[in-house]
Amino acid sequence: MTDNLQLWVIPLLPLVGAAINGFFGRRFKNSMVSTIALLFTAASFGLAARAVMMAWPHESGPHMTLPHIETLGTWIQAGSFSAPFGFYLDQLSMIMVLVVTGVGFLIHIYAVGYMSHEGGFYRFFAYLNLFMFFMLTLVLANNYLLMFVGWEGVGLASYLLIGFYFQKNSAADAGKKAFIVNRIGDFAFLIGMFLLIQHFGTLNYEGLFKTIADGHYAPEAGWGFLTITALCLMFGATGKSAQVPLYVWLPDAMEGPTPVSALIHAATMVTAGIYMIARSHAIFNLAPHALEIVAIIGCITAIFAATMGMAQTDIKRVLAYSTVSQLGYMFLACGAAAYSAAIFHLMTHAFFKALLFLGAGSVIHALSGEQDMRRMGGLRKVIPRTFWVMTIATIAIAGIPPFAGFFSKDQILGEVFASKTAGPIMWVVGVITAGITSFYMFRLWFMTFFGERRPDAELGDHHLMPAPVAASSHGSDDSHGQDDHGHDSHGTSGVHESPWIMIGPLVVLAILSFIGGWVGVPAFMGGHNEIEHFLAPVMDSGSAAGGENVPIVKVLEFATPPEPRPHNEEWMLAGTSVGAALFGLFFAWLLYYKSPGLPDKITSKIHGLYLVVLHKYYMDEGYGFLFVKPLLALSTIVFWKGIDQSVIDGLVNGAGTASQGIGNELRRMQSGNIRSYAAWVAFGGAAVVAYMIWLGVR
Amino acid sequence: MVPLSWYLVLSAILFCLGVFGFLLKRNIITIFMSIELMLNAVNLSFIAFANYWNAHAGQKLASGREIVGLSGHVFVFFVMVVAAAEAAVGLAIIIAVFRTRETLNVDRVNLLKL
Amino acid sequence: MVHQVLFIIFGLICVAGAVNLLVQRHPINSALSLVVVMASLALIYLLLGAEFVAAIQVIVYAGAIMVLFVFVIMLLNAGSEERSSGSRMALLIGVPGVLVLGCLIGWIMINNNKQLGGVSIAATDFGETHPIARLLFRDFLLPFEITSILILIAIMGAVVLGKREG
Repeated sequence: MTDNLQLWVIPLLPLVGAAINGFFGRRFKNSMVSTIALLFTAASFGLAARAVMMAWPHESGPHMTLPHIETLGTWIQAGSFSAPFGFYLDQLSMIMVLVVTGVGFLIHIYAVGYMSHEGGFYRFFAYLNLFMFFMLTLVLANNYLLMFVGWEGVGLASYLLIGFYFQKNSAADAGKKAFIVNRIGDFAFLIGMFLLIQHFGTLNYEGLFKTIADGHYAPEAGWGFLTITALCLMFGATGKSAQVPLYVWLPDAMEGPTPVSALIHAATMVTAGIYMIARSHAIFNLAPHALEIVAIIGCITAIFAATMGMAQTDIKRVLAYSTVSQLGYMFLACGAAAYSAAIFHLMTHAFFKALLFLGAGSVIHALSGEQDMRRMGGLRKVIPRTFWVMTIATIAIAGIPPFAGFFSKDQILGEVFASKTAGPIMWVVGVITAGITSFYMFRLWFMTFFGERRPDAELGDHHLMPAPVAASSHGSDDSHGQDDHGHDSHGTSGVHESPWIMIGPLVVLAILSFIGGWVGVPAFMGGHNEIEHFLAPVMDSGSAAGGENVPIVKVLEFATPPEPRPHNEEWMLAGTSVGAALFGLFFAWLLYYKSPGLPDKITSKIHGLYLVVLHKYYMDEGYGFLFVKPLLALSTIVFWKGIDQSVIDGLVNGAGTASQGIGNELRRMQSGNIRSYAAWVAFGGAAVVAYMIWLGVR
Repeated sequence: MVPLSWYLVLSAILFCLGVFGFLLKRNIITIFMSIELMLNAVNLSFIAFANYWNAHAGQKLASGREIVGLSGHVFVFFVMVVAAAEAAVGLAIIIAVFRTRETLNVDRVNLLKL
Repeated sequence: MVHQVLFIIFGLICVAGAVNLLVQRHPINSALSLVVVMASLALIYLLLGAEFVAAIQVIVYAGAIMVLFVFVIMLLNAGSEERSSGSRMALLIGVPGVLVLGCLIGWIMINNNKQLGGVSIAATDFGETHPIARLLFRDFLLPFEITSILILIAIMGAVVLGKREG
C-alpha cells in the first residue's frame, strides 16, 4: 500500500530551476527566465498536491499509511549514528508543503510582474527558486540534520535576497544582519541536536520519537536534560522566527524587494521555527518549564512588536512588526502546547500576510516607489482593486469573523486561556495585542487609502527616475529603473493600478484569506474543527512510527484540557477578542479618519514615550552597544592587529627575514676571495681528519 | 732504531708548514709550492710505514690479506705521477690567469667577489 | 745511533727548508728552498731503504717539477710579493684549525711511541727496483695504466690552456 511517491523530486525541481536560471539566465530574456522559474515551482506544487491526495485519509482507509517515509540513502555514518537522506510525509508536513509551494507559486507569479523593470531579473528568480528548494528540504526532511541543512539554506537564501540591491549599503548591511542573527539561533539549534544525539543516539524523527515514547519519561519537574534540549531548540527557533531577543533582523529585512518580504518574511521562512517546535512536540511536552518559557517569549514578542508597529510610518515596516507580533502568537500557542492551533494560525497568517505585503507592494508600485504612509492617502478611488484586497487582508488580520484570522487567533487564545503552561494572564496580553494589532492595521488602512489625495508633485514625475522625493524617505528600495512603465493606463497623472499579473495572485490570496479559516471552525460555533482533527494523529501520539493511531501515551495530561470547556465560556472568550479588535478599529477610525490632528496632539503629550517607541525601544542601539561594539573591538584589536598582524604576519615575514639573514651570512663563503676558499678547505680537511682520529681513538 | 713516531711527527710538521704557506702566502706560485710540500710530507709517511710493515712482515690485516711493505713505495710512485700532472696543469692555468690579470697576487684574482 | 743522528740532521734540514719557503718574499727563493727540502727528503728515504723512490724523487720531483716551477717564475718575471690585505677567514679559522690538527697528530704519535715500535735501516733487498716493478706491472697494472692516461690528459690540458687567444 505504500507506493513510492518520489518525494525527493519535490524539493529538487526548484533547485533545477535555480541552477538553470543561475548559470544561464544572464543570457535569457525575462520571459524565458520567468517561464522556467514558474514552471518548476508549479511542478513542485503539483507533485505536492498529488502526494497529499494519495495520502488523504478516506473512509475506506488512506491509500497509504502515514507517516510515509522515503529514504534515498545514508548521508552520514559515524559509528552508531547515521543520518539518511530521507523524506517524511505526515499531516503536518503536508500542510506545510502545500502552504510553501502554493503561496510560493502565487508570489512567483506576482514577482514576474513586480520585478519586470528591475535589473538582475534572472538572479532574483534563481535565488527565489533556491529558497524554495531549501524550504522544501526543511519541511520534508525526516531527520533533524537534513532539516538543519534546509534551515541554514533558507538563511542563506534570505541573505541573498535581502541584499538583492547589493549596491546599497543599507541592503547589504541588512542581509548581513539577518544572516548573523540567524546564526546565533542556529548555534543553539546545533547544541540541541548534539544533546539529542548524545542522549538518544539518533536524529531521525521516527527513531527519536519512538524512543521517547517507549522510554516512558515522566514530564520533567525541574531543569532536566530534556528541558535543556528543548530550550536550545527553542532558542534556535527564536532566531529563525524573529522572536525576542533575536527579532532585530526582520524589520531591517524590508530592504529586500517586496515579493521577498512576502514569501520569506511572512509566509514561509519565519514559520520554520514554528514548524520545528511543532515537530518536536514530543520533546517539549516532556519539559513543561521549556513550554512556559516558549509561551512567555511568544507573549512578550507579540505585545512588544505590536506597540512598535503603532508608531512606524513606513508601510513595510508596519507589516514587518506585524509579522513579528503574529509569530509571537504562534509561539505562544506552542507554549500552550496547542500545536495544531499554531499551525492553523501559521496557515492563515501565510495567506493574509502575504496578501498584505503583496498589496503593499502594489501600492508602492502604483506610487512609483513611495513607501512613507504620511505621503499616501486617498488612494482607494485610484487603485480600487488593490484597495479591496487590502481591505480583506486587514479585516482578516484584525481577527474579525468570518474571515480567516478570527478562527485561528480565537483558537490560540482559547487554548492559551485554559493551558497550564500559559494561563489567563497571557490570554489578557494576547487580547490586548489583538486590539493593538487591529489598531495599527486599520491605521495603515486609513492612512493609505482614505483622506485627501496628496498633490502629485510630491510623488515626482514617473517618467524620470523617482529618486529625489521617494529616496529621501527610508531609502526607497523599490525604486524602479529609469525606463517607463509598460502599462500606461493612467487617467490619473502618475498613479496607476498594477497589471493583472500582479493583481491575480492578490485575488487568489484574498479568497483564501476569506475562506481559509473555515477548516478550523470550532465545535462551539457549530463547526467540526477539521484541521485539529487532521493534525491529531501527529500531535497526540507520542510516537510517530506507525500510521495508525497508536495508543496515546499519557504525557499530555496537562497540555490539553481533558474535558471540553462549557460553551458559554468559549463564546465569552471569542466575544472578548472580537471586541478588542473592534475597539482597535474604532480608535484607528477616530485618530486617522475623523480627527486627523489628534495623533499629533497625543504624541506631543507623551513625547518621551512616543520617541522611545518610535525608536523601537532603542533595542538596536542596545545590541550595538552590548554586543556589536565589543565584538568589533575584540576583532580589531585582538584578532586583526594582535594575532593576524603580529603573530601570523610576523611569523611569515620573520621566516623571510630569517632566510635573508642566513643567506647573507652564508653568502660570505662564496666571497670570490681565493684565500678564504683555501681557509675553508683547510678547515674542512682538518675537521674530517680530526673526526677520523676520534673514531680511531674510540 | 728510530721510533716510527719521529718520522710521523716530521711528516706532520712538514704538512702543517705546507698548510700555513697555503693559507698565508700571497703569490700564486708560492701557494702551489706549498701544495707540493704537503704532498711530499705525505710521501714521507708512506715510506716510513712501508719500512715498518716490511719489518713486521707476516702480520695480517683484519680482512685477512697480507701486507706487502713495498706497496707503500708503489703508492708514492703514483703520488708523484699525479703531482707532476697537477703541477703541469696548474702552472698552465697560472700562466693563463697572468695573461689576463697581469698580476700574481692571489688577492687580485677576485672577479667573483660581490 | 748513527741512524738517529742522521735522521735528526736531515730532518732539521727539511724543516729549515720548509720554514724558509714560508719566510722568503721572492718566489724564486721559495722554489730553491723547496728543492732543498726535496733533496733532504730523498736522503731520508734512503735511510728508510727506499732506493728507487729516493732516486725518482730527485729525478722527477726535484729535477723536473721544480725546474718547471723555476721556469714559470722566471717566465712570468714574478717580483717580490706585495703586501695586500687578504681574507680574514684564513687567519681566523685556517691557521688555528691546522695548528690544532698538527698538535693533535703529534701528541697521539708521541703517546703511542711504545706501541709503534721502531724503524731500522732496512735489509738490502728491500726497496729494490725489481720487486717494485713486479708489483707495479702485475698487481697495480690497472692504476698504472690509468695514471698514464691521466698524464696524457694533463698534457692536453696544459697545451690547451697555454695557447694564446687567436
